[in-house]
Amino acid sequence: MSNVATNSVNVLGPTGSEKFMRRIMPLIALAVVLAVIPVFGPSRTVYSLLNAMGVNIVFAMSYNMLLGRAGLLSFGHAVYFGLGGYAAVHAMGAIEAASYGDGGFWASYPVFFLPVVGFAGGALAGAVIGWPSCRRAGTPFAMISLGVAELIAAAGFMFGSIFGGEEGVSGDRMNGPELFGLSLGPIEEVYWFIAFWTFIGVLGTYAFTRTPLGKMSEATRDNPERVEFVGYDPQKVRYLVFIFSGGFAGLAGGMAAVNYEIFTPEALSLAPSGMVLLMAYIGGIRYFAGPILGAILLTYMQSMMSDYSEAWLLYLGLLFIVIVMFAPGGLAGIFVGLFSGLRGEDAGENFRRWAVQVAGIVLMMIGIITLVEVSVHWSNNYGEVFHPFGVQLPHDGVLTWAVIFIPFVAGVGILRMAHKNKEGQA
Amino acid sequence: METIVFSLLNGVIYGLLLFMLSSGLTLIFSMMGVLNFAHASFYMLGAYFAYTISEASSFWLALVFAPILVGLVGALVEKYGLRTVHVNGHVAELLFTFGLAYLIDEVVKIVWGRNAVDYRVPELLDFPLFELFGAQYPAYRIFTLFVALAMLAGLWFILNRTRWGLIIQAALSHPHMVGHLGHDVPRIFMTVFGVGCALAGLAGVIGGNYLVTDPAMAVQMGPIVFVVVVVGGLGSLMGAFLAAMLLGLLQTFAVAIDARFADIFGWLGLSETTELGSITIASLAPMIPFLMLVLILMIRPRGLLGDREL
Amino acid sequence: MKRITSAALAAAMSMIAVSGASAETLKIAFIDPLSGPFGPSGQAGLNEWIYAADQMNAKGGINGNQVEVTGYDNKINPKESLVQLQKALDSGVRYIAQGNGSSVASALIDAIEKHNKRNPGEEVMFLNYAAVDPSFTNDRCTFYHFRFDADADMKMEAVTNWVKGQPDIKKVYIIGQDYSFGKAVAAAAVKGLTEKRPDIEIVGNELHPLGKVKDFTPYVQKIISSGADAMITGNWGADMVLLIKAAVDSGFEGPILTYYGGSKGAATAMGEAAVGQVKAIVENNTNLPMSDEQAAYVDGYEAKYTEDNYYYHRIHNAMHMLAMAAEKANSIDPTDVAFAMEGLEYESPNGVVTMRADNHQILQPMFMSTFSDDVTRGVEHLTLGWKSGPNDRIEAEDTRTETTCKMQRPKK
Repeated sequence: MSNVATNSVNVLGPTGSEKFMRRIMPLIALAVVLAVIPVFGPSRTVYSLLNAMGVNIVFAMSYNMLLGRAGLLSFGHAVYFGLGGYAAVHAMGAIEAASYGDGGFWASYPVFFLPVVGFAGGALAGAVIGWPSCRRAGTPFAMISLGVAELIAAAGFMFGSIFGGEEGVSGDRMNGPELFGLSLGPIEEVYWFIAFWTFIGVLGTYAFTRTPLGKMSEATRDNPERVEFVGYDPQKVRYLVFIFSGGFAGLAGGMAAVNYEIFTPEALSLAPSGMVLLMAYIGGIRYFAGPILGAILLTYMQSMMSDYSEAWLLYLGLLFIVIVMFAPGGLAGIFVGLFSGLRGEDAGENFRRWAVQVAGIVLMMIGIITLVEVSVHWSNNYGEVFHPFGVQLPHDGVLTWAVIFIPFVAGVGILRMAHKNKEGQA
Repeated sequence: METIVFSLLNGVIYGLLLFMLSSGLTLIFSMMGVLNFAHASFYMLGAYFAYTISEASSFWLALVFAPILVGLVGALVEKYGLRTVHVNGHVAELLFTFGLAYLIDEVVKIVWGRNAVDYRVPELLDFPLFELFGAQYPAYRIFTLFVALAMLAGLWFILNRTRWGLIIQAALSHPHMVGHLGHDVPRIFMTVFGVGCALAGLAGVIGGNYLVTDPAMAVQMGPIVFVVVVVGGLGSLMGAFLAAMLLGLLQTFAVAIDARFADIFGWLGLSETTELGSITIASLAPMIPFLMLVLILMIRPRGLLGDREL
Repeated sequence: MKRITSAALAAAMSMIAVSGASAETLKIAFIDPLSGPFGPSGQAGLNEWIYAADQMNAKGGINGNQVEVTGYDNKINPKESLVQLQKALDSGVRYIAQGNGSSVASALIDAIEKHNKRNPGEEVMFLNYAAVDPSFTNDRCTFYHFRFDADADMKMEAVTNWVKGQPDIKKVYIIGQDYSFGKAVAAAAVKGLTEKRPDIEIVGNELHPLGKVKDFTPYVQKIISSGADAMITGNWGADMVLLIKAAVDSGFEGPILTYYGGSKGAATAMGEAAVGQVKAIVENNTNLPMSDEQAAYVDGYEAKYTEDNYYYHRIHNAMHMLAMAAEKANSIDPTDVAFAMEGLEYESPNGVVTMRADNHQILQPMFMSTFSDDVTRGVEHLTLGWKSGPNDRIEAEDTRTETTCKMQRPKK
């Protein structure tokens, strides 16, 4: 009779090939992408961007273990990133000291495996801070995380012997035993290190979602009371998830320690905590791959967009608000929507609707961007004028305000019409 | 003696400023469940509006109109922003206000510049009122005391003696019931949000010239507002008042204590030359609110006078 | 748009035949905050670098090469600075200028040291114009790092030398931010005062968390009741402005000796009440007697950047010393220039300045400037400004401190 039960489960569950396509394929694809990138011979800039992205991807994934999976909104996740990173950078110092000194354990510890130290550091910090924080989800958790973050950030500046004061703790990654023939000196070699650990981080966070604990964390997010009825303690589930999430944040910290060879106290502060929240949410917290997209986009914006506009923070804020208001699924949600829309029967219809929507959005953006840039130039008062494509747009020109209002109003009109049409059909 | 007198006076005034700043958030949070991250941004807007108005006319007009303007902005934010996100739950609302805080910061920088503006105490109040143990006491600080007390009295009157106030009070403790009784809950929400923001704006008008009016003022004040609301407890203005006073007094008294950790924990073998031993209580004073926040949430999640847990 | 460069002018100038065999461009990457809360001070620094480059180009450039300054926004974050450094390296930059934040400077010094070691022939030179952590020219000194600002200890040396000439000051209160810089300032103040004025009583030595205090009145009343007649603080930003406002509001009457009183935005925030009391230790102020040439330089700057005031005189010095060193070496290769820079003396508008060879720290005359309403050049569109009297000058030699630096030089 057990046969019947197993059979029916098998019928409901995904088939072997489906499992492979949905679970293993994306990971293989990620590995291939990571391995192929150096073939294109990226410049130093691209390499350092990629390395920063790798660190942020793992950091954002660890954050999403809390926010997306367990429903815990944290304003202090950088604490675990920072403490893990500090553990790693101190270990890096120990490796250097040991390899020039009397040897010992650290002399035989390869720098390549420092993220493991980071993981341990982050998990330990999570284990200490986590228990009282995890009693409740929701606002109390968010507020405790905020308070803890403020306290730890202040301590970071006060205790110079651990955190190195303002100039932080620095190390040299070119010590200890070499692994895989990587000296880790040139940035191209650091890329392989980052790629390896990015893959491990993604794999690890993914594997976690498949464990019973990972599943329970989702159940606790959705209905803690029922979890309790089934015989689990929600606080314990949250606590364990919190430790793992702290560990993966620490792993990212360890990657950062090797990549930048320095850690400073502001890595513990509220600003990076806010940034990782933006990354995860903009990418899409309901999708496993969402935070990856968010980390890539925001790292790029942070390092490159500031070359083009000093108002990049304003654009970031706008992007975030638009996502919160109109696309709670984040970028991943938008992509999934597009993909499934194109595969459905009314693909042509969908395609036409999107084309109209995109046109509307682009028009609105032209208006908004012009407004922001003209204002920023006017506000700086350096006598410079916003001049896209050689067209001078002073703040008191009629043309300027035409370029701002006409596309904006047209864009809003188009979007409204598209919305009405859709409702009309439904 | 002089330490106690000064600490009392400063603690009460600072506490009242904190209360002005956070009473609005207590109203909003208790009723709508929205822990408004941008609350301190409305405080900043109040200061900037007051600066612009007092440049054009006078401080006294600013005192009246700046909070009203801030309230209007708040009501618009509620109507066109928060209401849309409401269906996605409290976390989405919190995140919306989080993004809004970013946005207001940047817009303020564009409109008023990235440096401090010259928002001054009105000349009428710019004199030392009395001298105490060699230190002067500026009249403006006493003025803030009266404005805060007037605001407290006004709030009390509205909440306890008017029909509107009774509905709001009911909505504070039983938001769903009020809806069932046939009141227009969205309109109540919008009004409460607007009024809450206006109160923060008033704090900005008062605090902006006595402290500094610059684009960083919101970030500086942001977290402490939460502390007052959470420590005070959900649904209790009295709790917020007590918490603000407690925070103000604790902080100012702590500044006066020069004892080092080594003096207190010396019996544990903590030496004054160690990093931990050389920390003074005074130097930790500004961190006390966050310590309280964490402790209260761990020990008594409903806060001092809250009627329910967060 | 952000990358305001002086390229346009450089291009225009290269039309006019420039002397010198090679017509390369000497590229300087300015890595400092250009957005966010520290954006204004970074932007002001960038403007002065660009202006200095433009002026230099108008005179024919550095050793016949045009100078180009490009801004890279590091959001005052050490990690982000390293990404920006890579971007700069990719665009062929061999000179880095930075100043805001010792955390960033520390990261850059480290990264540049490693880069130079790992990429021989592509060495990069670091022109530090404002990061004042003393360790950069002591334990952590490196060959390619040159500092054009007095470090925190030297500034305190200047402050205490000034206090030496003020017999009225008998009781001093030291207050600062609780982190490495604040602690270093406090330690240097105690050391300097006990050495030079043993009769002065230090009535308080207090630290408060960085950027967390909203109301300084309790601190100020503690200071007043301690009977202090002068206050020394290394505070910057809101911590400084709020402290000063609270002090003058509560009737503190003695001088307030600061490091950063002259920083951008402070004058507006402090207002008239602080006149006569707030002092700042700086290498220049715009009300010093100056030559017509220097006056034209300052006026030209303030006319071009109406929102800024001429503040970082050291950038002017750095640009001129860079040019002198390059001409002396007849090269713009950072290694040659660095060797030529060692021990270089430059006749600056305020007197001779010297780049010490033993630790790459500049020695320059310092001035105790007072915030005043009786000035010919105001700041921030106010009638208030900074000036100093004849007794407020501290000679370069009097700011010299011992160094622990053991300079490692590359082979020539």
